[in-house]
Amino acid sequence: MVTLVVKRIGFMIFTMIVVSLILFLLLETKLTGDPATRVLGQFSNEEQREIWREQHGYNQPVALRYVKWLGNFATGELGESIRFKGPVADVMFPRLWNTAILGFVTFAIMIPLSLTLGVLSGMKEGSMLDRTISVFGIITTSVPEFASAVMFSALFVFSLKWLPGTSSMSGGFEFKQLILPAMVLIVYDFGYVARMTRASMAEVMTSQYIRTAVLKGLPYRSVIVKHALRNALIAPFTVIMLQINWLLSGVIVVEFFFAYKGFGALILEASLNNDIALLEACAMVAVCVAVTTQTIADIGYTFLNPRIRFS
Amino acid sequence: MNKDQAPVLVCKDLCISYYTRAGEIPAVVDFSLTVKPGETIGIVGESGCGKSTVAMAIMQYMGANGGIKSGSITFKGRDLTQLSESELRSIRGAEIAMIYQEPFASLNPSLKIKTQLMEVPLAHENISKDEARQRAMQMLSDVNLPDPERMMESYPHQLSGGQQQRVVIAMGLLSNPSLLLLDEPTTALDVTVEAGIVKLVADISKKFGTSQIYISHNLGLILETCDRVFVMYSGEVVEEGTIDSLFTWPKHPYTHGLFACIPLPTADKNAAPLKPIRGQLPLPFERPQGCYYHPRCDHFKTGLCDLERFKMVHVENSAADHRVRCLRYKEIDHHREVPGGEAKEAIELGKRVLKVSGMKKYYEVRDSSLRALFAGKRIRQVKANEELNFTAREGETVAIVGESGCGKSTFAKVLMGLETSTEGEVRHNGKEISEVAVRDRSAKQISSLQMVFQNPFDTLNPSHSIGGQISRVIKKFGVETDKKKIFDRVMSLLDTVKLPRDFYFRKPRQLSGGQKQRIGIARAFAGNPSMVIADEPVSALDVSVAAAVTELLMDIQREHKTTLLFISHDLSVVRYLSDRIVVMYLGHILERGTTEDIFAPPYHPYTEALLSAVPIADPEVTKREIVLEGNLPSAMKPPKGCPFCTRCHRRIGDICDNDLPPEQFVVDRHIIKCHIPLEELCLVLPVITVPDVSERLHVELRE
Repeated sequence: MVTLVVKRIGFMIFTMIVVSLILFLLLETKLTGDPATRVLGQFSNEEQREIWREQHGYNQPVALRYVKWLGNFATGELGESIRFKGPVADVMFPRLWNTAILGFVTFAIMIPLSLTLGVLSGMKEGSMLDRTISVFGIITTSVPEFASAVMFSALFVFSLKWLPGTSSMSGGFEFKQLILPAMVLIVYDFGYVARMTRASMAEVMTSQYIRTAVLKGLPYRSVIVKHALRNALIAPFTVIMLQINWLLSGVIVVEFFFAYKGFGALILEASLNNDIALLEACAMVAVCVAVTTQTIADIGYTFLNPRIRFS
Repeated sequence: MNKDQAPVLVCKDLCISYYTRAGEIPAVVDFSLTVKPGETIGIVGESGCGKSTVAMAIMQYMGANGGIKSGSITFKGRDLTQLSESELRSIRGAEIAMIYQEPFASLNPSLKIKTQLMEVPLAHENISKDEARQRAMQMLSDVNLPDPERMMESYPHQLSGGQQQRVVIAMGLLSNPSLLLLDEPTTALDVTVEAGIVKLVADISKKFGTSQIYISHNLGLILETCDRVFVMYSGEVVEEGTIDSLFTWPKHPYTHGLFACIPLPTADKNAAPLKPIRGQLPLPFERPQGCYYHPRCDHFKTGLCDLERFKMVHVENSAADHRVRCLRYKEIDHHREVPGGEAKEAIELGKRVLKVSGMKKYYEVRDSSLRALFAGKRIRQVKANEELNFTAREGETVAIVGESGCGKSTFAKVLMGLETSTEGEVRHNGKEISEVAVRDRSAKQISSLQMVFQNPFDTLNPSHSIGGQISRVIKKFGVETDKKKIFDRVMSLLDTVKLPRDFYFRKPRQLSGGQKQRIGIARAFAGNPSMVIADEPVSALDVSVAAAVTELLMDIQREHKTTLLFISHDLSVVRYLSDRIVVMYLGHILERGTTEDIFAPPYHPYTEALLSAVPIADPEVTKREIVLEGNLPSAMKPPKGCPFCTRCHRRIGDICDNDLPPEQFVVDRHIIKCHIPLEELCLVLPVITVPDVSERLHVELRE
């Protein structure tokens, strides 16, 4: 087990370094165009660019620059954003926090809901309840976010006038503004996780050890809670961990639609404006989160599954 | 057994059906059974006869589409079919417990043994956790598991198959049930492990007074464990009686047919070969009128057997409660018939086809743990085959016998070229083949050395027709090139394996297990091989089907003078069909010789134990009981000395632990690898004693 954790963490760090190298080569070297041109614009002249390069240390050897660049990242020195005219950290972290709030609310509702319904559905495969949940899950998942965002807005903002149509939080944090974006995300992701859980639960319920448990004379509750759930939740766990990635950078549409000042919207803005320092920072954060959740998923999977843990 | 005691379980006129889209499928019809306290009942029959359905019905665990159509199941005076779910729960596990066929699948993989055991008394009795723990520990030592403390903290996958089954048995016994259902409890286990479980099951009924229903397809096991036996065919009981009565004087033609299908010690491949039952088991919705067995019965009489269904009748002149479902049982004198099928000619052995000398196969296994990294022992060797020496001649059948993990399949892989050997040589028709991988062999070489695989269900490509698959082999081997000739060759192969010619166009899913295995044999013989390796070719098949396939294989061998290398763990089949036997254990050959040599003293102690472990379905054959303790050691950490020393019942001292035993020549080509002096081994009594025909019980009765 210790070996595995050490190995996984080692692999995680290795992945991050590789990604940082690729990022550096793509954005900070001439491999894909002159960074000076990218920052100063195509109408700058060679003299201006040379001054900029000198100022920002771009004339140093590439290897040295990479080490320095990586060091800056590690110490939180993320550079200046051109678009927002200030340190990247000051722009990025509040945005990251906003997305974290949105993600947390989405998860807090979506996970218990989809796990419960998935388990209920898989418990009695083919039952009325199972079919209802399955069909509902397919429908919600097959409607893309931009479509459901429009529909929910039409319903709750324009017809019923219950909720605000934008979530820019310009007058400070307001929970009411969070409801619509969270709702769109929950509805979209719910079906996926619920159906994964259902499939896993249904498979476990047909297994021989569930038959053993029933024929031991255990109460039905105990069969489900003690014997089935433990095994049925192993597969959905990994899927849920992967949803964190999606919530971080895959929610651009929703954030943009509701004008929510989140991380996804920031990435969009950064790339539209060639804000290299910001883009680099955002990319590194996204990679860190992706690799970390993956590692947690792997270790957690091993932990939940004794067949892997003790072999 | 006390006759006055109230019966534990009474099934009366039970009819069980499954309801599918195709309509109602009667799985079991007209089933009646009475179990008295402390009695062990055996239910025997081939797959699809409804024996497991009966067990599930007693448990009232039928699934959504199964149901009891009529009849009753009375357990201690209560009709189980009428009970509510919560009443059933108080009976399941507490009063009736069940042991399953696959112990690994029946244990929850993510819960400790401790949890799974303790919850049984906790659910049924009002006791504390400590008490439950004590009980579980006690039960684990009662089922002879070593180190119960450690077992309690283990997960199922950390135990061997035999240990898992003992845990399942312990689980079943924990709340002291009055009835134990055992559904093929040893089918998934090795022979010596099976012998241990069978002994345990027999001890349980003595120790705890538990009544048992033992379901099996193996008549030998039923004989060893049960008091009374029910023979089922196609959903109904065709004969029932005490073990002595039914095994000595079977009345129903089907029971007879079954006995003729199993290789008893009296069977002989040349003088008294097996006699398979003709035809096939009818599907539940295609059962014939009248007696279900009549289309396959040799004693069928038109206008009598095919009219209407009839009840079980008590056999006249039998003291025991022996009943049979046959109208003509009095007229049929089974003993007048020749036992077994028609005698066949023995094959003459020809030149030497295979010579294995000093063949070794080591695998390298990478150990990725941190400890191994620090100790510098990252690569460990698994010695799958250690110094194999033997020969086989043309037309000869050589059997390689051993339990799982003994290296017999590795050896087959080296022969086939799927692996290459580490050392030594294997010569086939004089050519070295052990170092030549299969893709470097010529088509001729490949076609002359073919294999029949264990599991016929997975070896045929499901999306190609039978004809296509065999034609392809013929083309690849270059036997024929012309399309017409290939077609003719496929037809003659289908004739050889006794399948109808229109099977050419069929897909594998339309075939039964036995038919698939016949196709497997046809495929192997497509290129006229000089040697065929058969890896447990009949172990996945039913008794009567296995007999037919075995006989087919022998017939083809006779015709083509093929050398057959028969890999098996079943010594009764091996004794029946092989000329020479090689006994393997942990990669070593412990004994080899002719079949007579192996089955008579002197034995290697392991051979002795193997022989004792074989269940024999003949009540008049006596066996010495030798039950091996412990598990097969891991191939990663084999014992330093004799590979068998950890489990040997004749261990003589430290020499066994420390030194590899020498090869002792008994006679020419009979070799025993053991430290015990040959003179001493010669004094060992025979394990199996078969009475002479004239001493047999049924002979006396007839006179």
